Amino acid sequence: MEARLQELKNEALEKIQAAQTVKELTDVRVAYLGKKGPITDVLKGMGKLPAEERPKMGALVNEVRAEVTESLEARMVLLEEQAINEKLQSETIDISLPGRPAKTGNPHPLTRVVEEIEDLFLSMGYEIAEGPEVEKDYYNFEALNLPKGHPARDMQDSFYITEDILLRTHTSPVQARTMETKGGEPIKIICPGKVYRRDNDDATHSHQFTQIEGLVVGEDIRMSDLKGTLSIFAKKMFGDDREIRLRPSFFPFTEPSVEMDISCFKCGGSGCNVCKKTGWIEILGAGMVHPNVLEMAGYDSKRLTGFAFGMGPERIAMLKYGIEDIRHFYTNDVRFLTQFQRTEL
Amino acid sequence: MLVSTKWLEEYVNTQGLPPAELGEKITRAGIEVDAVIDRSEGLANLVVGYVTECVKHPEADKLSICQVGVGGGEIDQIICGAPNIAQGQSVIVARPGAKLPGGMKIKKAKLRGEVSNGMICSLQELGIETKLVPKSYAEGIYVLPEKAEPGTDVLSYLDLDDTVLELGLTPNRADAMSMLGVAYEVGAILEEDVSLPEIVYAEAAERAESMLSLEVDAPEANPLYVAKVVRNVKVKESPLWLQQRLMAAGVRPHNNVVDVTNYILMEYGQPLHAFDYDSLGSGNITVRHAKEGEKITTLDDTERTLSAHQLVITNGTDPVALAGVMGGANSEVSEDTTTVVIESAYFASDSIRRTSKDHNLRSDASSRYEKGVDPNRVIPAAERAAQLLAELADGEVLGGSLVFDQLDKKERIVKVSPDFINSRLGMKIRLEDMLDILSRLKFNTEAANNQLIIEVPTRRQDIQIEEDVVEEIARLYGYDEIPATLPRTDATPGGLSPYQAKRRIARHFLEGAGLLQATTYSLTSEAAATQFALEPTETTRLLMPMSEERSILRQSLLPHLLESLSYNTARRTDSVALYETGSVFLKGQDELLDEQEHLAIVMTGLWVDHSWQGEKKVVDFFVAKGIVEGLAAKLGLELSFERGEMDGLHPGRTAFILLDGKRIGVIGALHPSEQKKRDLKETIAVELNLATLLTRETEALVYIQVSRYPTISRDVALVLSNIVEAQTIEGVIRNAGGKLLKDVRVFDLYEGDRMEEGKKSLAFSLTYFDPEKTLTDDEVNAAHEKIIKALTESGAELR
Repeated sequence: MEARLQELKNEALEKIQAAQTVKELTDVRVAYLGKKGPITDVLKGMGKLPAEERPKMGALVNEVRAEVTESLEARMVLLEEQAINEKLQSETIDISLPGRPAKTGNPHPLTRVVEEIEDLFLSMGYEIAEGPEVEKDYYNFEALNLPKGHPARDMQDSFYITEDILLRTHTSPVQARTMETKGGEPIKIICPGKVYRRDNDDATHSHQFTQIEGLVVGEDIRMSDLKGTLSIFAKKMFGDDREIRLRPSFFPFTEPSVEMDISCFKCGGSGCNVCKKTGWIEILGAGMVHPNVLEMAGYDSKRLTGFAFGMGPERIAMLKYGIEDIRHFYTNDVRFLTQFQRTEL
Repeated sequence: MLVSTKWLEEYVNTQGLPPAELGEKITRAGIEVDAVIDRSEGLANLVVGYVTECVKHPEADKLSICQVGVGGGEIDQIICGAPNIAQGQSVIVARPGAKLPGGMKIKKAKLRGEVSNGMICSLQELGIETKLVPKSYAEGIYVLPEKAEPGTDVLSYLDLDDTVLELGLTPNRADAMSMLGVAYEVGAILEEDVSLPEIVYAEAAERAESMLSLEVDAPEANPLYVAKVVRNVKVKESPLWLQQRLMAAGVRPHNNVVDVTNYILMEYGQPLHAFDYDSLGSGNITVRHAKEGEKITTLDDTERTLSAHQLVITNGTDPVALAGVMGGANSEVSEDTTTVVIESAYFASDSIRRTSKDHNLRSDASSRYEKGVDPNRVIPAAERAAQLLAELADGEVLGGSLVFDQLDKKERIVKVSPDFINSRLGMKIRLEDMLDILSRLKFNTEAANNQLIIEVPTRRQDIQIEEDVVEEIARLYGYDEIPATLPRTDATPGGLSPYQAKRRIARHFLEGAGLLQATTYSLTSEAAATQFALEPTETTRLLMPMSEERSILRQSLLPHLLESLSYNTARRTDSVALYETGSVFLKGQDELLDEQEHLAIVMTGLWVDHSWQGEKKVVDFFVAKGIVEGLAAKLGLELSFERGEMDGLHPGRTAFILLDGKRIGVIGALHPSEQKKRDLKETIAVELNLATLLTRETEALVYIQVSRYPTISRDVALVLSNIVEAQTIEGVIRNAGGKLLKDVRVFDLYEGDRMEEGKKSLAFSLTYFDPEKTLTDDEVNAAHEKIIKALTESGAELR
């Protein structure tokens, strides 16, 4: 019996060493150590032995069993490691292959510009006011100090629907409407939106475009406040080292009126093709709200004053990104739109 | 307005400033100089030549061989191709070595065997636009009006050594539509005085009244009318200086009489008109409103039918001019004219604007009247005309003028306090600086009791209220001096309205889902205006569209958005997914339109494409539906879908989108014929009323405790008639499910060959859950049995 055990042990150890895979080794375990295996059989046969031999034999069986188990486990660790290595080897991928693109769209470049401007003014406590695109002549012109027959109406050849209704030519009617509803209260708003003018579409003209205007009305609002506000805007939009300059201009709804130039963000002011060698780029029109406009909306122009400014996001986007044709904003060429995916922060 | 700096120098000292620098100063003070044009650019070595001999070229019909004195006794042979070349002319000669605009260099050459030492030039060859060249020289060389010394430098002789400033005038600065107006502006900037032209001329003993009578029947539209009579004029070419000044100002020279009126228009900003006295047909001028339907042929040879509100100048019976807009052909000054009636008048601006608009006729005169001329220049301009006609046309000016005058010519008084000016500007400008600026502007000012009492010259019609004075002070003090401050108002919270915030959330969601934001035009064609409209109404048309393509306001975003898809696929971008938010315009109750903010989505081509992994998915109805459902979920809303049909959409693949049972949108595959028409492959379109979606109130977000108990799933596979919709079955399941049923999800659909005709197999995964405890199999089985029973009763077979 003892010899049989020795034989079994040697046989098992041999097979353990011969096993090349985890499966083979598992088979060896089942074959020798399983409930139906020969070692168990030996144990079962112990009943036939004399009682005094039993403990010695029992010890021997356990010893063989332990030795086989230990060898098996050692071999198992080795084989498992080997198996993992093989698996890893076989699972190696070409990491240079392209990834599965995450589905992602992006805002239109005009939205991008408008939202940037909105966020800047929102952070300074402004609200966003919106109004209809089909507007009454009264709000589009008359309430803005442009009575019928005013020479400046020439500047804004408009799409009329009836004698008194038209597609708004600027977002200023939103200012007039806001003033009317605020009933004499202070105001801090910006008004973005689509506007329309009777222009033939070409590289620099579009019959539909966007505008964003701002209006502040309150006690003792001064022209210096306008300058300070615009200066912050210019630095935020175009870079901290931007300087601004104001030039006198004319708009019927403001007096005094100004146009604002910023120092060229491309050349810094030394002169290049973006600023047409002048060092300055015209960005927006602004001014102190004309007393007639305030009075017409029911404001006491002796007590409250205000400033207003307006700009074209198309122009800003064209300058900022070097876009050569305004029609790109409305043809929605994917090769154009997708260029405005990444952040610039 | 084109301003010759050489001419300007006559009225104001420009301190020898280089024109570009002068231009910059003018711009910074408020009148934008759009361009600084050097009239001599590209010109060099041009001299006056005198044609001593001119014979036909023996070898060429159109060429002449000229012997030309070019100064210093030298005579050069020059071949000339101009039809109007002749012996005895003083001409412009480009000698070998000369330069002409466009980089052209003149060299000695041989033309058909004859030597040519240069070229005799037309004005066009000197860079002058054809429309400004006098008609008689438009087809040939320019002949100098007076004999000039051969060899004289042409640049200075023709006043081409000049720089023109092109002013971009805003409508308020009508005062700067004249050389004198610009002189006042420059004088104020440079602190220089303005010298006005000196008007002196001799008058005949005979009075103008002896030949002409004047009547004005429309004093409101024509409060001031002055007529002068000049006799014995010789109509001829104007002297060189006058022709050149007009050309520099962008006006074509005609003859001395017409040129004088145009010259004074440019000098004073006062339109003048010259009538041929003899063709007036009477010795009377009557200004009146036109009779309805009355006709006049204007100087541009156009017959115009008049309306009763239009003002005309008549000879007592028939119109001879459309007042302030254009003269009549019947009384035009011609070469045979000997007696001229000069009209200088003040016409009310609205009358002229209306007439000019009615006839779509803009002239130098009407554009000035429209903006308002200076009441105090009407009479001096007439005098100035008489003077120049006497000087340049040998005219004899009859004594006095015929004058109708009811015009208020008083200066406007504007009172403003220095404190007001400083408080509006946020500055501390000293009183003496303000007074200095006002005196530079030639505004008579009195300072008393902390108030400036300003007498505004009538040439500055734009200065009416205190704020106008604020601007005058500020612009001449310098806008650079204004400090930068911020409004001292109470802090305001600001921020987006809930609607605006939700719109941004919706946009970000859609972009996150893979859609590109597009923007299209609101104006479209009649045909496209109501296509895909959710609630089409009568269309809204522009009164004066630019084109039929852009004549009607859209009622759906989809037609243009689909055009954008076709635009991209035509450029080989096959997979495109776009969205747009924007207004559609419906006829409503109000006189304004009912503008609704809509959202539209279009997609075509592949939705997923990762070829090397074999992943490819074409866009379909369900991709779009998933996005719409996801958007609703993001906004805390639940939508439902109901099968529907719409023109242009696939009848079997279209659904209306409902919110609270109300139709708010549509989703569908494009109809195959519509796809073909638009040259698109499988395309899905969605449009919904975004405003409704964003204004719908939602419930507050309340946290539900995360349960410790597990969920249990049961699947059920059914065989159904293939017209039965999944959502009907889901409804049956949910109804029978009781409160343990937590979720129902379709996980399989089979409609293949192995199914009986007209049948499909649909499999659902049901999730059971009790937040209070772990469910037992018995409980789940009981609930599940109830569902199975309900399903079988509804006609579904278990698979």
